[in-house]
Amino acid sequence: MAKVIDGIKAFAKKHFPKKVNRITKESDFVLETENLGISFGGLKAVQNVNLKIKKNEIYGLVGPNGAGKTTVFNLLTGVYQPTEGTFFLCGEELRSLKQEKINHKGIARTFQNIRLFNNMSVVRNVMVGLHSQDEYKCTVIESVLRLPRHHKVEKAMRERAKELLDIFGLKEERNNLACNLPYGKQRKLEIARALATNPKLLLLDEPAAGMNPNETEDLMNTIKLIRDKFDMTILLIEHDLKFVSGLCDRITVLNFGTVLAEGTAQEALNDPEVVKAYIGN
Amino acid sequence: MKAKKIFKKITKHYLNYAVIAAVMLVFIILAYATPMKASTSLLFQKITVAVIMAVSLSLVVGFLGELSLGHAGFMSIGAYLGGKVALVLTENGNLEASNILVFIIALIVGALCAALCGFIVGFSALRLRGDYLAIVTLAFGEIVRVIFTNSSAESFGGALGLKSPSFKTKEMFILVIIGFLLILLTLFVIQNLLRSKTGRAITAIRDNEIAARATGIDVTKHKLMVFVISAAFAGIAGVLFSYANKPIKADTFDYNYSIEILVMVVLGGMGSINGSIISATLITILNDKLTVYLTGDNAVFKDLFYALILILLVIYNNAPALKGFREKYNLRALINKIRKPKNDPSEIRGDAARWDVVPTKIEMDEVLSTDIIIEKNDRGDDSANIRERGGTK
Repeated sequence: MAKVIDGIKAFAKKHFPKKVNRITKESDFVLETENLGISFGGLKAVQNVNLKIKKNEIYGLVGPNGAGKTTVFNLLTGVYQPTEGTFFLCGEELRSLKQEKINHKGIARTFQNIRLFNNMSVVRNVMVGLHSQDEYKCTVIESVLRLPRHHKVEKAMRERAKELLDIFGLKEERNNLACNLPYGKQRKLEIARALATNPKLLLLDEPAAGMNPNETEDLMNTIKLIRDKFDMTILLIEHDLKFVSGLCDRITVLNFGTVLAEGTAQEALNDPEVVKAYIGN
Repeated sequence: MKAKKIFKKITKHYLNYAVIAAVMLVFIILAYATPMKASTSLLFQKITVAVIMAVSLSLVVGFLGELSLGHAGFMSIGAYLGGKVALVLTENGNLEASNILVFIIALIVGALCAALCGFIVGFSALRLRGDYLAIVTLAFGEIVRVIFTNSSAESFGGALGLKSPSFKTKEMFILVIIGFLLILLTLFVIQNLLRSKTGRAITAIRDNEIAARATGIDVTKHKLMVFVISAAFAGIAGVLFSYANKPIKADTFDYNYSIEILVMVVLGGMGSINGSIISATLITILNDKLTVYLTGDNAVFKDLFYALILILLVIYNNAPALKGFREKYNLRALINKIRKPKNDPSEIRGDAARWDVVPTKIEMDEVLSTDIIIEKNDRGDDSANIRERGGTK
């Protein structure tokens, strides 16, 4: 019986979380993490990560395999709840919020292995990204009864999606299925979908993975374009150090879940600790 | 040109309403012109129930992508509670004169009760998926059946079944008409739901739940909503069923019935509402004929047919050896053969429907979409572009 009650409590805790007192403070930074960390049982996957990302910055998160880079992303997007520390988006604490709520607050991400809605057309993939924005609000009843608001919202969403696709050069393929796009374009579509949620901070998980040098070059230009055009702040994970040093304003190097070095790309990558972590003694 | 576009839109979005309304008209004319056999109108009645069940299940299975094996359970909730309410009203409330009012109240009660159960089952869908969720829904269906079988004679009639309510005059005829109207209602709600932003969110969850969450879709809300709506329509089908079958027996809504509905959805093509309607009709007719031919000990073989259909479908849809065959001989290709495309630039431009475009896979999008997916055109080359083609002509 006690087990059942515990189960119900755990269920209630997961689906009806108590109100957590979250701090809101004045901050110059778009993203600020304070001693962010998570441990799975005894394993400390990530600890003491302090990132301070300014507006309009392209920030890199670098490190060998298994360093905990993607775990940091998962913490920031609410996939995992941090066991230590907290993080702020524009001064607003977002710890222990659900994934979709964090997205609504303004953090959007892409995935290391592309996760598109494969059986939907390209334009509709982007329209899903627009789903929860206030200007495209439309209740279920309104859309079932086909009230004027439904038509207005659908049209506005389609137009906005087309605009976004145009920026990424995907407008011509908008009616194709997402799974039929070539790899590089799928990456771009994923970024377009993330941008459609109108974020303040964009997280890119290995955007250049599996790309040839030409595609990488193209992607670098695209990311710069996003920053300038959308006034976006970008945090990205990347293994390609040339890509990182060519693109990022500042980087943080992680190894075994802890921060090895911070600073501009040149400084951080020439740090003796970092060289040791990558190449050995 | 504009009239043509509107015509295309109508044929694309509202064709199934028109076909169902036409069938209903034919039925009315037949019923008045010739003395219809009771078995024929009973068959029509069964078809209407099956279509509502199949369409509502396809919302969960085809569009949300969760396997539900307890759909008959929701139906029995609707049948028993709706039927009981109607009985109480006619016996104690002296409402005989306005039978249709009683029916509407029964419909609402049945739908609401089934929706409540759908909400409860939907909660398990938040934590479980795939086979595990299928087992929970299966258990739900069986629990409901056992509860009604073991109820007392005064409450729900127990194993003998509940005496069901009925219309006084021309009963079956009215029920079939109401059945057709309810199909139209079901189609209206479910199709409009799926062709809206909510439907897009639901299919996004089916395609990739993790990405849907990260894109800001409230997965909890949408999953619950789908389960509730689907269960509510199953409840409506249940009330319709309760008026036509006397007495309502809990054994009717067993596991086999849930599988029967699932076979309808799979046979019609996952994520295709029109397919579900057609296959529900065909399977109900097949079932009816089989019941006539297979009597006595042979009756058990009837259930074998569903298993056979399912196995053959799975092989047909997935065997690599049949890929060429599938692409060559499918319904869409047939339609295209009949409707040769004209080189009218107004048809080619923009998002207008293209009948000559053959997707290699029949996707759910074709039912939902205002823009059609282009995978392969009639010349057979991939990723053809509408604008290019229009430009060269």
